[in-house]
Amino acid sequence: MKDLIRHFGEYILLMGKVFHLPDRQRMFWRQYSRELEKQGLQSLPIIVIISLFIGAILTIQTKINTENPLLPIYTTGLLTRETLLLEFSSTILCLILAGKVGSNIASEIGTMRITEQIDAMEIMGVNSANYLILPKICSFLTMMPFLVIISITVGLIGGYGVGLFTDVITVHDYVIGIQYAFNPYFVWYAIIKSLVFGFIITSFSSYYGYYAYGGALDVGKASTKAVVNSNILILFADLLLTKLLL
Amino acid sequence: MIKVNDIVKSFDGAVVLNHISTELKDGQVNMIIGQSGSGKTVLMKSLIGLHKVDSGQILFDDRNIAQMSEKEIRALHREVGMLFQGSALFDSMSVIENVMYPLEMFSDMSKEQIVERAQFCLRRVDMPERAFNLMPSEISGGMQKRVAIARAISMNPKYLFCDEPNSGLDPKTSLIIDQLIHDITREFNICTIVNSHDMNSIMEIGDHIVFLKGGVKEWEGSRHEIFHSGNEALNDFVFASELYKKVQTAALKDHPTD
Repeated sequence: MKDLIRHFGEYILLMGKVFHLPDRQRMFWRQYSRELEKQGLQSLPIIVIISLFIGAILTIQTKINTENPLLPIYTTGLLTRETLLLEFSSTILCLILAGKVGSNIASEIGTMRITEQIDAMEIMGVNSANYLILPKICSFLTMMPFLVIISITVGLIGGYGVGLFTDVITVHDYVIGIQYAFNPYFVWYAIIKSLVFGFIITSFSSYYGYYAYGGALDVGKASTKAVVNSNILILFADLLLTKLLL
Repeated sequence: MIKVNDIVKSFDGAVVLNHISTELKDGQVNMIIGQSGSGKTVLMKSLIGLHKVDSGQILFDDRNIAQMSEKEIRALHREVGMLFQGSALFDSMSVIENVMYPLEMFSDMSKEQIVERAQFCLRRVDMPERAFNLMPSEISGGMQKRVAIARAISMNPKYLFCDEPNSGLDPKTSLIIDQLIHDITREFNICTIVNSHDMNSIMEIGDHIVFLKGGVKEWEGSRHEIFHSGNEALNDFVFASELYKKVQTAALKDHPTD
């Protein structure tokens, strides 16, 4: 409990250092654009691959589990769409990104810490937390809505592929299903959730990296802690947001 | 000049620096020496403001760092250059970008002026031009130290701190780095503070030496006075090796009254 309070206090203090106007706007924007590329664009291939397969698998599983002449033809498409919108493309996607982006951030900042690069910045008079962490948070939050929308779209395409290339479901039934009773609010719900999760991933991973100490092994441990704790927090936040927003 | 007045620093009740006072002057290489655990790293970190001292004053040209806010310390740090033990170059930036970084952050120079200044600093530390665009991982340890010195002097610092500048370097490269620190100190009239236990460095460039033992200042003086100090703890530390014992004997024979 004492440790938890200490971590929370350190996290709040760190965020206090992070959320300041940057020393140099030009340097901030340069870092920001680098991070957009590193965290956003480089995450695209994995998001596309996972979403495509999950969309297809969801369609097959839903069809098998709802094989009943009493259920309407749109059931499979509808359930696939709702699962992608409500949970997969926001929560599950962020759990995956916590592994990719979170560990990357924690290990990058952790390595900078143990090799004294952060101390070097501090000695120069740079607010290292602001310089290193703020662009990561801002760029990831910028990319999140796009990543979520891409994931939803590609997931739906995956399901469409099942209709196109297999005899599990017809394309006609699937297309009717994904259009049936569409509630646009669910897209906003997915985006809002992903923004909260994106903040959790970047800020907590940065925190664990920033306070890493020791050697390479400790950076690995910090990186693992960042991923595990981000995942737990994402699930808590998911529960809370689902209760609040739906 | 940095004036240290009676500073005390402790961690969890254990006193690490015990009433230390000294004056570190401009244009000379001030060395803090002592065995591992003697408190020299804590003293250096306290001087830079990374540790808050329990009592006493640290005056950077009459500005007391012990009473400064974090923002004021950050402003003071812009007058400080630091050479880290492991060089601490930013590994995501090339050699020249490393040197340009503090200039881009804090100077009002144009892009061309920044590049010119970075090139000047790199040439001053004898970095070959072909290495300017290499990444730190692609150059040798000695070259990394040179780049770190170039970065440290790029903002024309008033104070230069060097933490174990020769660690991990071969004797010849160590000598070159020592000479570079010495020359830059004289040329730019910087107050240089070197934390070291390398006897060659101490005897080569130590204009003013502060010897710590168990958190207490045991002795201070110049490298010329070190042979005749009469301080047992210092003699134990400095003349631990047979070679330096012989050097001391020879020095005392040549200049018995110095």
